[in-house]
Amino acid sequence: MIAKNNLIKKLIGMSIFQTAIILFYVSIGVKEGASIPIYLPEHDPHGSHSTHVEGNESTEGASHGPVVLEASLVKRYSNPLPHVLMLTAIVVGVATLGLALALCQRIYQGYGTIEEDELLAKIEQQENRAQTSGNSTKSNEEVVKKPTTAKAKTTKTKSKSTGTTVQKKTAPKAKAKSISTASKSPTVKPTKAKSKSKPKPTSRKPASSSKAKPAPKAKSTIQSKPATTKAKTKSATRKTTGSSKAKPVSKAKSPRKPKTSSAAKKPASAKPKPRTPKK
Amino acid sequence: MMENSIAWIFIFPLFGSVACAILGMKNRKICYLIAVLSLAGSLWAGIETLIQVINSEVHTVSYVFGGWTLDSYPRGVGIEFHADILGILITLVVLGVGLIVSLYSKLPVQDETPGKEPLFYSLFLLQITGLAGICLTGDAFNLYVLIEVAALTGYGLIAMGSNRAAAATFNYVMLGTIGASLYLLGVGYIYIKTGTLNMVGIHDVIEANGLADSATMQVAFVLVGMGILMKMAFFPFHAWLPNAYCNAPTTTSCLLAPLVTKVMIYVMIRMVLSVFGVDFSFESTLWSEVLPWLVVVAIICAALMALAQREIKRMLCYLIVAEVGYMVGGVWIYNYYGFIGSIFHVISDACMTLCLFLGTGLILRKAKTTQFDGLRGLFGKMPLTMTGFFIGGFSIIGLPPTCGFFSKWYLITGGMVSERWEYMIVLMFSTMVMVVLFFRLIERIHLAVAESGENLGHGHGDLGLTEEQTRFDEGPLSMLIPLLISATIVIVVGIYNQEIVSLIEIFLSEFNLPKGTGH
Repeated sequence: MIAKNNLIKKLIGMSIFQTAIILFYVSIGVKEGASIPIYLPEHDPHGSHSTHVEGNESTEGASHGPVVLEASLVKRYSNPLPHVLMLTAIVVGVATLGLALALCQRIYQGYGTIEEDELLAKIEQQENRAQTSGNSTKSNEEVVKKPTTAKAKTTKTKSKSTGTTVQKKTAPKAKAKSISTASKSPTVKPTKAKSKSKPKPTSRKPASSSKAKPAPKAKSTIQSKPATTKAKTKSATRKTTGSSKAKPVSKAKSPRKPKTSSAAKKPASAKPKPRTPKK
Repeated sequence: MMENSIAWIFIFPLFGSVACAILGMKNRKICYLIAVLSLAGSLWAGIETLIQVINSEVHTVSYVFGGWTLDSYPRGVGIEFHADILGILITLVVLGVGLIVSLYSKLPVQDETPGKEPLFYSLFLLQITGLAGICLTGDAFNLYVLIEVAALTGYGLIAMGSNRAAAATFNYVMLGTIGASLYLLGVGYIYIKTGTLNMVGIHDVIEANGLADSATMQVAFVLVGMGILMKMAFFPFHAWLPNAYCNAPTTTSCLLAPLVTKVMIYVMIRMVLSVFGVDFSFESTLWSEVLPWLVVVAIICAALMALAQREIKRMLCYLIVAEVGYMVGGVWIYNYYGFIGSIFHVISDACMTLCLFLGTGLILRKAKTTQFDGLRGLFGKMPLTMTGFFIGGFSIIGLPPTCGFFSKWYLITGGMVSERWEYMIVLMFSTMVMVVLFFRLIERIHLAVAESGENLGHGHGDLGLTEEQTRFDEGPLSMLIPLLISATIVIVVGIYNQEIVSLIEIFLSEFNLPKGTGH
């Protein structure tokens, strides 16, 4: 967990650790030849075998409440408490794992890597860049601009890296790849489509509506993406071009906006959402 | 409703968070209102509970969920909420800080996480529910669950910041989960040996059966202790803290920085005093020999690292790590006064850290930077903010009449009485470092004003400050007022320290702590 460099592998280590503790707890409750802790028929105070209920019929509430069994009778039940505790612990573990996976996804979107050393290098690089720009410009107004320029740079590197890294990183870590590609494809597509369809309206405005359709399609076929996502996005782009023919630019932009906002929202919610709906 | 006031402490923020998530979808503005109102209600219930606790004969109020009774042996089948003076005091700190931060949060949340207000406030209220729950629960496993509730919401709140925050949160998730898991494992050992999870019950069984020498309990103690130390960012495990808090949104760092580490210190005190018992913790384990020295290392390293920082937030984060060292040390020097100091320092440190972080948030908003270089002449620009900020700073240094002075006084008294000279010396050392830190800041912030004033006399010079930069320009009132409130609290807690200390003394009187040398 500490030695591994890959964030997903770290998470796997964390899960193993948590699961081991869960097993430890479950083993506390193990008892040879024990049954589940539900009243055996002969012990049930309310069932047909009940013997001592008849006496106190008058006290309605007491007869329906839980009845304390003698120690000798309890022997055959296993202790339910550790299992119940672990149900809670499992829920906590799932939530933690889901949250951590969502974080991984966001780290990948932000930095284009989930290898820790590469990540640290990238963070350092960005901080240095931010600092140098901050130092060279003394006045406050320049400092205001600093974060925005840095952000623009990150987005640029992001969109640049997406095309290459997705193809390169097909071999290792099937799990990581599936997550990253699923999250990647929405961000790549619209930018490409946008850059392709942007010059069109300036050259000839009325005709562009029909011409804009083939352009993004051709682009998406060139890209070497996993087949399933490609087909889906292709059909999606076709659909959107069909519906909003008049303005290709705003069309290309519109799918991008909700995507990013929903992706950014995900780590915030504690609910586990390891996969994007795309998959 | 009066007798259920413990439950109301949780009902308000819990349902408030649900309401935020649901109603917030329609109207984002309403979230702020819900958060403030539910926390105000919760604080009221907390004060009500405090009065009950003080008035009750045994100074505890317990509330059992689900109609279970506590008559069985070992005590407690169901989940019990158990408010004694220590628990309710820390709960009030949590709720008070929460309320002030929620008042403060209006603009920062709108600006830093636009469109996500419902989620933010929902997590915010859940976080406070979790932290307050940690302080009041009387059940060891329930404590684990609440620690994780607080931690998970904390991860979410931090990760709402930049991409950098997501990367920092990941480290926090790893370390936090390891810490919580170790704690869980320790609780498992306790359960094997004692057969109960109720804290009072565990203590009763340990006392009655003489489990002090049991190896199982020793292992449990080490595991629980390690888990808690990891969670509270004690020095070797502090790596997650500065990155996570520096990159988090302003409101998040204002909420988490004063509370999370302090609440974990509370958990440690609770474990040491109420669960394992004084005799077990100090006599049967080596911790009281080892930990004071670790504390020495921790404080020195954290203070030096704070000295090396060139940015306010990061500097404050290392100060938190040093303060954690103070409080852990106060507990493990095993002395009555050390305990008073530790508990009081939990309260006062929460107040002053809040004050500092609120101030930093305002500086960040107006000056757009928290680098030391960007702070020149800020006093002329925002005098009220800087006054509030430095009241917090003086409290960290320990100048009377701020609360930091009195808590440090008790800590040093504890070190002196128990003849832990190394702890005393290291406290003095870090105080000196903090003096350097804050007066360096003061110099930077004031000096530039003087320079520019001279320049005005000689005609406008070019020392880098235009008139516009020194013009009076305070932050928005919705942020400034909470800062001033918190600064006032820092002073008020300092002035009325005797009242709080007398409450803590009532709590500590039932434990057999040495007032002289510990050994």
